Amino acid sequence: MKSRTRKIFPPVFMFLVYAFIYIPILILIIFSFNESRLNVVWTGFTLDWYGKLMKNHEVIRALINTVKVAFATTIISTVIGTLTAVGMYRYKFKGKVVLDNLLYIPMVIPEIVLGIALLIFFNKTNIPLGLWTLIIAHSTFCIPFVVITVKSRMAGFDKAQEEAAMDLGAGQFKTFIYITLPNILPGVIAGALLSFTLSLDDVITSFFVAGPRSTTLPLQIFSMVKFGVSPEINALSTLMLLTSLTLALLSEKFKTK
Amino acid sequence: MDNVVEQKKMKNTMKKRTRQSIFITIGPVYTWMTLFLTVPLLLIVVISFMQRGLYGGIVYEPTIKNYVALIDPMYMKVFGTSLIIAIGTTILCLLIAYPFSYFLVKVSNKYRNILMLLIIIPFWTNSLVRVYAWIVLLRSEGVINTILLNVKFIDEPIKMLYSYGAIFLGMIYTLLPFMILPLYSSIEKLDVALLEAADDLGASTWQTFRHVTLPLTIPGIIAGSLLVFIPSLGYFFIPDLMGGGKHMIIGNLIKNQFLTARNWPFGSALALILILITLGFVMIYLKLVGGDKDDMGVM
Repeated sequence: MKSRTRKIFPPVFMFLVYAFIYIPILILIIFSFNESRLNVVWTGFTLDWYGKLMKNHEVIRALINTVKVAFATTIISTVIGTLTAVGMYRYKFKGKVVLDNLLYIPMVIPEIVLGIALLIFFNKTNIPLGLWTLIIAHSTFCIPFVVITVKSRMAGFDKAQEEAAMDLGAGQFKTFIYITLPNILPGVIAGALLSFTLSLDDVITSFFVAGPRSTTLPLQIFSMVKFGVSPEINALSTLMLLTSLTLALLSEKFKTK
Repeated sequence: MDNVVEQKKMKNTMKKRTRQSIFITIGPVYTWMTLFLTVPLLLIVVISFMQRGLYGGIVYEPTIKNYVALIDPMYMKVFGTSLIIAIGTTILCLLIAYPFSYFLVKVSNKYRNILMLLIIIPFWTNSLVRVYAWIVLLRSEGVINTILLNVKFIDEPIKMLYSYGAIFLGMIYTLLPFMILPLYSSIEKLDVALLEAADDLGASTWQTFRHVTLPLTIPGIIAGSLLVFIPSLGYFFIPDLMGGGKHMIIGNLIKNQFLTARNWPFGSALALILILITLGFVMIYLKLVGGDKDDMGVM
């Protein structure tokens, strides 16, 4: 009897944890296709809420802002993050430890601290809040994640290849483009996808550095949820969930490549 | 003789090139992080010692008033609530995540990757959306109440939202993956030989766990606790949406100082306290784990 509970307990416990994580999300998605406005009983299938969403100017504007910010953030943090990872892997330099610690700060401090720190900074430097302040804030917390992702990729990379290329007369730049980059590319792509998602999903930091005309989708959802539950929010949430899910799966694929 | 000079010359150009490469690769990140991280954080420190102007501006006269004000019972209550929620969330996450990770490690390779992926996915999805999902379930006219009413299990809706419990639920739901990932990676690294040795020497399951498994997974436990405890102090939208604004945590207080009360110096003082709590936690982690921050297992 005892050994039987011992055998059954682990799978049951794990199942319950997965149910806890996924049932609320599934219900949210299901009700985004429900005819009734009330989000409680199933009355029939519809795509109306998605249609309504497409006609909601505020949502569309927030979508455009979000995509712009996410793309710019991805480019900035991927370029800077990849260069950093390569530099830190290849060279010894003064202040390496300082840099290493500096890069951990955005990952461990509460997001709200970064949000208000940048709010004060933009205020004192007279930079008006808008898309650029969002891009700066997002890049600041994305760069460290790119560095880590690319660095872990570099760990398995044979330095001798680079040396061989240079011995054969290739310059540092050529070596980077033809030898280093192709080797670490999966890590770079995984880092880029992660940056894109982090930027797309950010609530707290954005809350402080977004201007009145630069609302992003998560901020839009936040203000909509304050007014109550509606199937339109379900539809918007579903779209965001699916986007993040796709990006996450893609990134996992590149990471294990 | 010529050869030596030539070699020296070459060495010099190499050095120069290396310096150039370091400048190109490391220069941008240094500039970026100094400008947009170090300077803003230092601004928080400076402003926390300044005074609030009449209309919400900052008056640059040094004072420790903002820190003295923290002793006010009203703020103490907020700290108390924050700590209860943060500690409670951390412990509950640990109690769920530890056995979960322990079981997950033992699942056969075939299923483990997909099961692991299912834990990573929430990590990638918007926390606000996931909190909203619970609001759909919990509100008075929500899914759970309607089902219970329909099966005549209850006569009137249970008030589940806007309570301490709802805040806890929101926090645990949002932060659980952050506890699982480092725990999983530290349990996975356990040397099976050690466990077998304990078993061979006659230790009971509990003894093995208590004297071998638990001490060896302390880094994972602390990393997970760090990743749950710290953010839970700042997630203002969870008490806002699931607590109905009745219970305030430090995050809400900071948000109010910056957006409604417009008392930036006091808000900065609060933020500095969050920074110090974080630093303290990281120091404990580094002291116990011995400096390997990459071990946190998040990525």
